[in-house]
Amino acid sequence: MIAAGVTTSGMEGLVALPIVLPLLGAALAVVFGAWRQVQRWITLVTLVGVLGVSITLLVEADSVGYVVQSAGGWAAPLGIALVVDRLAGIMLVVSAIVLLAVAVYAIGQAGEERRRVAFHPMYLVLAAGVSASFITGDLFNLFVAFEMMLAASYVLITLGGRPDQVRSGMSYVVISLVASTLFISALALLYAATGTVNMADLSQRLGDLSPELRTGFSLLLLVVFGIKAGLFPLFFWLPDSYPTAPGPVTAIFAGLLTKVGVYAIIRTQTLLFEPGETMGTVLLWVAGATMVVGVIGAIAQDDMKRILAFHIISQIGYMILGLGLFTVAGIAGAVFYVIHHIVVKTALFLVAGLVDRRAGSSRLSEVGGLVRSAPVIAGLFLVPALSLAGLPPFSGFLAKFALVDAGVEAGSWWIVATSLAVGLFTLFSMTKIWAGVFWGEADEAPEREPVVSGRLGSPALMVVGTVVLVVVSVGFSVAAGGLYELSERAAQDLLDPSGYVSAVLGARP
Amino acid sequence: MTVLLAAVTALLFACGAWLLMQRRLTRIIIGIGLLGHGANLLLVTAGGRAGRPPIVAADGSTDLSALSDPLPQALALTAIVITFGVTAFLLALGYRSWQITSDDMVEDDLEDRFLARRRAADGPEAAVDDGDPITSELDVGEGS
Repeated sequence: MIAAGVTTSGMEGLVALPIVLPLLGAALAVVFGAWRQVQRWITLVTLVGVLGVSITLLVEADSVGYVVQSAGGWAAPLGIALVVDRLAGIMLVVSAIVLLAVAVYAIGQAGEERRRVAFHPMYLVLAAGVSASFITGDLFNLFVAFEMMLAASYVLITLGGRPDQVRSGMSYVVISLVASTLFISALALLYAATGTVNMADLSQRLGDLSPELRTGFSLLLLVVFGIKAGLFPLFFWLPDSYPTAPGPVTAIFAGLLTKVGVYAIIRTQTLLFEPGETMGTVLLWVAGATMVVGVIGAIAQDDMKRILAFHIISQIGYMILGLGLFTVAGIAGAVFYVIHHIVVKTALFLVAGLVDRRAGSSRLSEVGGLVRSAPVIAGLFLVPALSLAGLPPFSGFLAKFALVDAGVEAGSWWIVATSLAVGLFTLFSMTKIWAGVFWGEADEAPEREPVVSGRLGSPALMVVGTVVLVVVSVGFSVAAGGLYELSERAAQDLLDPSGYVSAVLGARP
Repeated sequence: MTVLLAAVTALLFACGAWLLMQRRLTRIIIGIGLLGHGANLLLVTAGGRAGRPPIVAADGSTDLSALSDPLPQALALTAIVITFGVTAFLLALGYRSWQITSDDMVEDDLEDRFLARRRAADGPEAAVDDGDPITSELDVGEGS
């Protein structure tokens, strides 16, 4: 049965490319392991290609709704469906931009990137895993995509093999493995109950189960993805493990990996389960607790990277807030917040890397007066920091405004009040970093020698990578109208899964 | 048979979860392995009763109701390969950790200890001896 409204556009062939291109690039990068310059070009060309394909797919998905490819010519629900809808398209484009900017930064930094053969191949496998998580229409395939992404992240987070990396990398690997085990168990139970792992098919068949069973599955998947996203109370591993990785790796983890978890939560909670009052309340409480705990945890910290890592947690709360409202405005706000946050957070961590290099430390007590000695870094910090805190006219203000507006509309006053208070604390933390790193004097000597090089004081490519992301985040507030409308259309798709279901199940191989 | 498999799954999960709570790295790694086995067994159990032939029976009949579902077995196979690879990485990481510390205890978070030391420096009454042999040992070692 071919459902009405499913059109064939000839773009289906492109759907697999964001996964295939990086994997191909990774294989090539292994072959050319002895030539670092060739590896760099392979990475850059691959990521530019992924960006181009992603933009094409987003434009196509926005005009026809869904671009579906059945891998191997097997029609869904038997085969594995690859689906690009508006949300997946947006996520693909934003992640491709961020991956590209961070790759440029890593090449400029020439730290672990130059010393280790494994950096470029692993970075590309990570890119493939992230793209696969967004595109896949099959729950077991999502598990495989997660594992691809995580396996690469295990290597990247311990690249260098320093004692602190091994220690925190160990807890990261163990906690991710526990989440994966839970994911397999959830898949086994879902398959036993419904006989399918195709998400579109699941969406239909889960309706036949009893409501209690559905709630159980919904909570189980929330826990599985909540560990990856860093939700309260499953966030404890995050601020411990992220800051020890090499600078650009931390940035990409902070910006992208947790948001893949958030994407999976948004996708499963809207597509597989009927949005209900109870689940909405659970999500709102979790969101409130995540916001508050993250922001309070940040206040006690002394290291710039740790402060920012705690803020990831608090910001995840905002995204779940938007989802928990289960209204078009709420989910549109959440989608807008996710894309704003990916770019801004990555930019802030890249700045932290610049500070670390320029001052020899990222501790507030060991750094000071950078506004005079390195005004470029100070400027690059200021824009994303104010954006993160939600000050107008930056993208963070618009994202928070959209969420608060949606919360007021839905009448959830307490969560709106919480989110505004948390915003105030975020501003406090950013001011603390500013006062500690850019103003004043260092109280103690840094642990390493500061490195000053070039006219900007930092390698030009590192600055270029950061500038690109800062400009993109400013671009978000300039183009906010169109972007919000796109998020709104994505939210409408998410709240009406019938389009997704008929597009996937009606697609011809 | 399925009840037995379910019981074995439960046992594997219980042992794995208990080992995961330990402070020794080797036990944690074994615990992860057991948890993975438990999850994979659960996946196989989802395919139906044990002992049935997959795809075609020995007498050549293809009556679907008498066959076991091959898909969960394929899924389990994928999951086993992934668990195997990641466990190998975990073992390498554990070996590296042993090379560095010549001990397989899991240490506390460095930054937490740093913050705790700063709080202790602010005032003696703020310093709390939590009775943890690892943290107190380190505090003595670093002469704080």
